[in-house]
Amino acid sequence: MPLTVAMIADWDGKDVPGEEAFAALAADLKAAQKTRQAALIGKRLNYEIPTLKSKVTVTARKIEKVETGPWKEAVIAIDPVWNQVETWATIKRASSAYTPFYLLSVLDLKQETSGSIVQVEDNRKIYRGILWRTLGISFLVTLLTLVLGYPVAYMLATLPTRSANILLILVLLPFWTSLLVRTTAWSILLQDGGVVTQLMHVTGITWLLNLVGVLDGEPSLYKTRFSTVLAMTHIQLPFTLLPIYSVMKTISPSYMRAARSLGAKPAYAYWKVYMPQTLPGVAAGCLLTFILCLGYYITPALVGGPTDNMIAGFIDSAMNSEGNWGRASALGVVLLAATLILYYVYNKLVGIDKMKLG
Amino acid sequence: MAAPPYATRSEVVAHYGLRVYVGLVLLFLIAPILAIMPLSFNSETFFSYPMPGYSLRWYDDFFTNNRWQSALRLSLVLAFLTTLLSTTLGTLAALGLVRGNLPWRATIMAVLISPMVVPIIISAIGMFFFYAKLNMLGTLPGLVLAHTALATPFVVITVTATLSSFDKTLMRAGESLGASPTWVFFKVVLPLILPGMISGALFAFVTSFDEVIAVLFIAGPEQRTLPRQMFSGIRELISPTITAAASVLIVISTLLLVAVELLRRRSERLRGVR
Repeated sequence: MPLTVAMIADWDGKDVPGEEAFAALAADLKAAQKTRQAALIGKRLNYEIPTLKSKVTVTARKIEKVETGPWKEAVIAIDPVWNQVETWATIKRASSAYTPFYLLSVLDLKQETSGSIVQVEDNRKIYRGILWRTLGISFLVTLLTLVLGYPVAYMLATLPTRSANILLILVLLPFWTSLLVRTTAWSILLQDGGVVTQLMHVTGITWLLNLVGVLDGEPSLYKTRFSTVLAMTHIQLPFTLLPIYSVMKTISPSYMRAARSLGAKPAYAYWKVYMPQTLPGVAAGCLLTFILCLGYYITPALVGGPTDNMIAGFIDSAMNSEGNWGRASALGVVLLAATLILYYVYNKLVGIDKMKLG
Repeated sequence: MAAPPYATRSEVVAHYGLRVYVGLVLLFLIAPILAIMPLSFNSETFFSYPMPGYSLRWYDDFFTNNRWQSALRLSLVLAFLTTLLSTTLGTLAALGLVRGNLPWRATIMAVLISPMVVPIIISAIGMFFFYAKLNMLGTLPGLVLAHTALATPFVVITVTATLSSFDKTLMRAGESLGASPTWVFFKVVLPLILPGMISGALFAFVTSFDEVIAVLFIAGPEQRTLPRQMFSGIRELISPTITAAASVLIVISTLLLVAVELLRRRSERLRGVR
């Protein structure tokens, strides 16, 4: 809307602008109606004030039939929304090439007409929930991989090289198998009546869960949060395990022997002598897993349900289903910022030079 | 391996408890991969045990169906070109990075490695907007460049690791004997860093061969790679041919893993590291 934007360039934003601005608006809308762009203008304004899209298209259609002014009365007669300061303020804000709107909206914030930044109403808050869910799932997966991986790394590091190498293959094979293949495998195994359900039935887990009342009948695992976390834990386990393993391999067993010979009980010696030395590996593995988890897209999309989508899934749907590129980019910036901060921490703590593959 | 004879009762419990726990975790790691392969020989269209009969019909479908075959071909071509390009670029970058006099070394390294850490969906969106301006969406060179950006960090890491134990006096010895720098590179440096380059190349190949997100964003509708075909296959309706495709990919990655392990052991033996 070039004419309107030029007209309100130095509008003070206190009252509804005068006749000239309305004349410009009418001319713009007429032009837009000819080139069929009225819906596009409406769509952009609709992001900020819902319902504005239909109002813009209706006004554009009706104003075409109006030949002469005064434009102000004519436009307001079509829709009183044009008599509100907020509508004009939105047009003015949207006319700039730069806008904080998208970035604010994905943090559930909005800019008032006066320019101050406030939180949106509670019933329209969706994005913080997604951010928290992404962080929550990532944290849970990281914790699970640590709990599962640490003892395995310990055993691999203390076994004789020959048998350790054989067991190491069991860790490296899933690591090398493509993420998509492993996700595919899980989505097939977790189907209703699939292998996992059968296994739970045979081992009596289903019976037990029914007994304590957590479950009623056969479990339905596919497309649930449980499946998402299970599959992600499986995929990330080698990423947490391998850095811990490579640190543990460098710890000399003589420290533990020294502690024992000085009279420490095994658990105490382990806690005071061995465990602190493994912490660099734990930090490296957990940070790497957490960073990689934040960006998960394929696994939640394929084995998770609609409420398990993480931030990357919303970037995809904003981009490909809604065509809202501004929102996709804003969500991307949030995700990228989180990743880069953690990457910086990783680099300071561990150093990328230390990053090893397999 | 039994617990040592002097162990106390609680130590014995901890000893065997740890073994059982580790066994279960390793089973968890390997089980999905082992469970999916027999299902690909199922003669029926469902995914549960016990199977009513065995057949090769899904492999037959995978190897004769035109959709799967063209996807496999495109993936192979793409992975091959990506491997060539990223191995060349990654090796050159690693050679530069190990030179002692390079300023901002850590920062350059961090930037070079970042595609490995930054969520691929973000790189994919950036590539989408960038390629749209260059009219490169839906082209093979576009896909190759995208995958090269994602795969190069792996080559940089493996080659840098090889170079860190590389004896630089060998280069000076070559030069003092009158060889030109290019001659020294091809006759002295290259043979020594070759194992690192090859394992980097294998990593690059796998990265491109598995990658689906960037393809979803920047490939044209007719450019269907194998992962993309599988991805849409699971999203829409699961055909058992996917289990055959997954099994083929598992076999390929197993072969690559064996190759990398052999290379690693060979170079460790050659350099006398343990």
